[in-house]
Amino acid sequence: MDIVGLMRTLSSATGISGYECALAESVRQAFQPFADEFSVDTLGNLIALKRATRPVAGVRRSIMLAGHMDEIGMIVKEVKDGYLRATDVGGIDFRTLLGQEVVVHGVRDLPGVIGARPPHVLAATDYEKPVPWDQFFIDIGLPADQVSELVHVGDLVSLRREFIELAEGHVSGKAFDDRAGVASLAVCLEQLSSLQHSWDVYAIATTQEETGLKGATTAAYGINPDIGIAVDVGFGAQSGVAEHESIRMNAGPAIAIGPNVHPKMQARLMAVGDLNEVPYQKEVIPGASGTDGWAIQVARAGIPTAVLSIPLRYMHTTVETLNVKDIERAGRLMALFISGLDEAFAADLGL
Amino acid sequence: MKALIKELVEAFGPSGYEEQVAELIRAKAQAVADDIRTDNLGNLIVLKKGTGGGKRVMISAHMDEIGLIVSYIDKKGFARFNPVGGLPISTMTGARVRFANGTVGVIYNEKDGWAGPGSLADCYIDTGATCPEDSPVQIGDVACINRPMEELGPRLTSKAMDDRIGCAVALQALLELPASPNDVYFVFSVQEEVGCRGAMVAAFGIEPDVAVAVDVTSWGDTPQAKPMAIELGKGPAIKVKDGGMLAHSGVKRWMVASAEAAGVPYQLEVLIGGTTDAYTIQTARAGVPTGCLSVPTRYVHSPSEVVDYNDVLNATRLMVQMLANPISW
Amino acid sequence: MLLKTLSEARGVSGNEAAIREILLPAVEPFIDEHRVDALGNLICLRKARRERVAGGSERVLVAAHMDEIGLIITDINSDGSLRYAKVGGIDDRTLLSKQVLVGEKAVPGVIGFRPIHLIGRGGLEKKADISQTVVDIGASSKESAARLVQVGDYVTFRTGFEVLAEDGLRCAKGKAFDDRVGCAVLVEALQGDYAFDLYAVFTTQEEVGLRGARVAGYRINPDIAIALEGTVCDDLPKEKDADVTPVTQLGHGPAVSYRDSSVICDKNLVRLITETAAAEGIPWQYRRSAVGGTDAGALHLVREGVRAAVISVPCRYIHAPVSMVSLNDFDNAVRLVKAVLTHLEGGLEA
Repeated sequence: MDIVGLMRTLSSATGISGYECALAESVRQAFQPFADEFSVDTLGNLIALKRATRPVAGVRRSIMLAGHMDEIGMIVKEVKDGYLRATDVGGIDFRTLLGQEVVVHGVRDLPGVIGARPPHVLAATDYEKPVPWDQFFIDIGLPADQVSELVHVGDLVSLRREFIELAEGHVSGKAFDDRAGVASLAVCLEQLSSLQHSWDVYAIATTQEETGLKGATTAAYGINPDIGIAVDVGFGAQSGVAEHESIRMNAGPAIAIGPNVHPKMQARLMAVGDLNEVPYQKEVIPGASGTDGWAIQVARAGIPTAVLSIPLRYMHTTVETLNVKDIERAGRLMALFISGLDEAFAADLGL
Repeated sequence: MKALIKELVEAFGPSGYEEQVAELIRAKAQAVADDIRTDNLGNLIVLKKGTGGGKRVMISAHMDEIGLIVSYIDKKGFARFNPVGGLPISTMTGARVRFANGTVGVIYNEKDGWAGPGSLADCYIDTGATCPEDSPVQIGDVACINRPMEELGPRLTSKAMDDRIGCAVALQALLELPASPNDVYFVFSVQEEVGCRGAMVAAFGIEPDVAVAVDVTSWGDTPQAKPMAIELGKGPAIKVKDGGMLAHSGVKRWMVASAEAAGVPYQLEVLIGGTTDAYTIQTARAGVPTGCLSVPTRYVHSPSEVVDYNDVLNATRLMVQMLANPISW
Repeated sequence: MLLKTLSEARGVSGNEAAIREILLPAVEPFIDEHRVDALGNLICLRKARRERVAGGSERVLVAAHMDEIGLIITDINSDGSLRYAKVGGIDDRTLLSKQVLVGEKAVPGVIGFRPIHLIGRGGLEKKADISQTVVDIGASSKESAARLVQVGDYVTFRTGFEVLAEDGLRCAKGKAFDDRVGCAVLVEALQGDYAFDLYAVFTTQEEVGLRGARVAGYRINPDIAIALEGTVCDDLPKEKDADVTPVTQLGHGPAVSYRDSSVICDKNLVRLITETAAAEGIPWQYRRSAVGGTDAGALHLVREGVRAAVISVPCRYIHAPVSMVSLNDFDNAVRLVKAVLTHLEGGLEA
């Protein structure tokens, strides 16, 4: 699989939380060759089903894989004198917004910039504090009357950033959180197509993770899988972040350890990695993982859940950076894990 | 000489807009000058030729004063402005300004008037206008502080002592100068307050053998003043150092020797901040031995700068002594 | 479109060669001589094409600076990330979350920041600590990074040029409009026929102290100098809707300076410019501020002094990774500069 190409496609598409439907089509195309059927639920989750290739008679078991397709963005809250004021959807450090380019999804898509007042006119004290939220303006370079016609309060604003390739297999762009997870599901499905598996696989590109794990909550209830894995991004080692706060780049997905994770799921994933020489690392998450896994785990009567993290630098900025090898490793680890699922493991989990 | 000083300090001439001052000086210098010209930046250059064998001397006194320039007129007719030169915020609230067309305005600040404004950006000019349309001043118009000269006993106070008092000393010295071997270029320079720009290009053109700036200097003789060994009434100051330059030691010796020869009291000056035309003259072309003759002045850059009249007379006597004789050190 | 090419080209102060290589072929058909001086200025001469008017100007210098603000690599860390310093006046706060290109090979990189999730309570209210940031080119070790970049490599923002609307204000976004707009205006102005020798100087190192213009001005010793600039435009709504100067306004025409921090413009030249604009029906505005310096600051002080002025195209978000101009203002600046040069034939009132 051309993971770089897939990431380029997924990163370039727009899908702010709650408005993922245009993006879902790109995801469907990525999953299409490897899936048996598709459905979209009421919250917009894109659900791809790959049926078991060697089903066990009399039992029908399934695993749910979740990677969220929504991205952070902004929403217009005021149109003022031809400029737009906006607020964030999903957690943006607004200090990273000065001098960013955006697309305003008004009557039509309108490119714009978030302006910074020039240093020439700033007082020395201005530099010592961040620009206040209400002094951020989106400028689409149109006369005020035209702006009022084309843009309205509530219109979405996505961050605009071209996907680029860096050295040593690193790539950078926007919305890698969590299109990287979605890409790893595609890799997993592709790998499974040359493996046998006894359980049905639901690969789900979930919605509204950034605004409270909404998509995963309803998808897990609707599908009611036997087990689940959430793939999200983790804090990759970077300048300004201590070693104990981060996981290593290009060292494989991190398998989470903590209350969000069923210990036997975590142990099996590590065993599969060790056996097949898939590099992985361990990440201790002492409470809420902040991933879809947190919702899946408590769906209906409870679901044994694991969480994988793909190392990502500069999370929630427009220059999120990762190594595509880690996406491949996450996908492969899940595929190998799935092909080994059997009734003994189900029994072990108490299913 | 008081009438001359009054005329000069009350004239209009913020940096870049010195024409009125130049006209005034030109009219008075005409009779004794061998040549008068105005250069590309507006410097007035008056040559008093020598009898031969002497040096080519440049005297520089700047015509410009600090002021302001209108940058914006708001919907209610208040004018915002940018400073021209170092306009101290502390003396601006309630100050009056005058534009070239005679319009008078009052400066106030948008913050509480008692607490004082934070910066000049908080200040505006009230010209009596109620909207941009009836504003008597426009964007780009320039104003100076509006204060007439008054006598305080032996002292004089006014706006723009900096550096019309230097202009007065140089002009008076020109008028009194007897025949001497030296070619003396009296430069009444422009744009000192924004970076000694006029003197820089004048010095390039004149290529002097030696140069002396005439300007005001700071003071140390008022309550809680910053320590400085300069007092009003103790004679003109011969500069050793300021914030921008070290006076040429030979020039300094020549000035000291001249003061002693003429029996003029003098003070040696070390100024911590600020500088004069000497700063840019010194590095013109391949370099010029340069010094500075200073008139001790209180409250520099405020609307009420104060000098001692005797210091002014003595500065003039010293300059005449310096220029009338062969120069050596 | 030349402006697009110039905007996307890379030339931080001290490293303007790439810009020169674009400009020279663009102006070559219109000039009689050119030279590149010791500081890298591209000095072009278009000789008088018409008879000189008695008392008219002989040598007119028009300058636009080629250099842009940017960064420079100061060290390669052991983890393969790059330390950097700013070249020219940049607000630190605009550096976060940006793509950049490093060195002659234009190696792509990013400047990231600590994830919002790891910023504690109250942290968002503090200024971001820029010293924690690096340029990340994806290299994992010092050795690996050193194969791609080296200390001293210049860094530019990776920002594309794009016209946002073909009608109305005709805004375009891009980087380095300060002063590639001036360069593009000058290329156009060079195509007119004037009655004096026109020296078009594409200067270097403006952003670090007007250094190119100073030596070019000394060499040419012109009668009159005009700097063409991309200038500050601060016309966004202000805090508490304060009614204060926008410096310039986008779409209101080229800006004419009465002064800036580096020069008090020659009054008669300013009058000639504004009267020319009025006579030709070209919209114009004053640049209503004293902040910022321009090549005119260096040019008016060369030798015995030169009468100088500045004509600018307003640029919103100047010195940021992305800025905006109105192509209407650009076109009007071209018209104005050409008309001013024509009117200068009769000389300038003393």
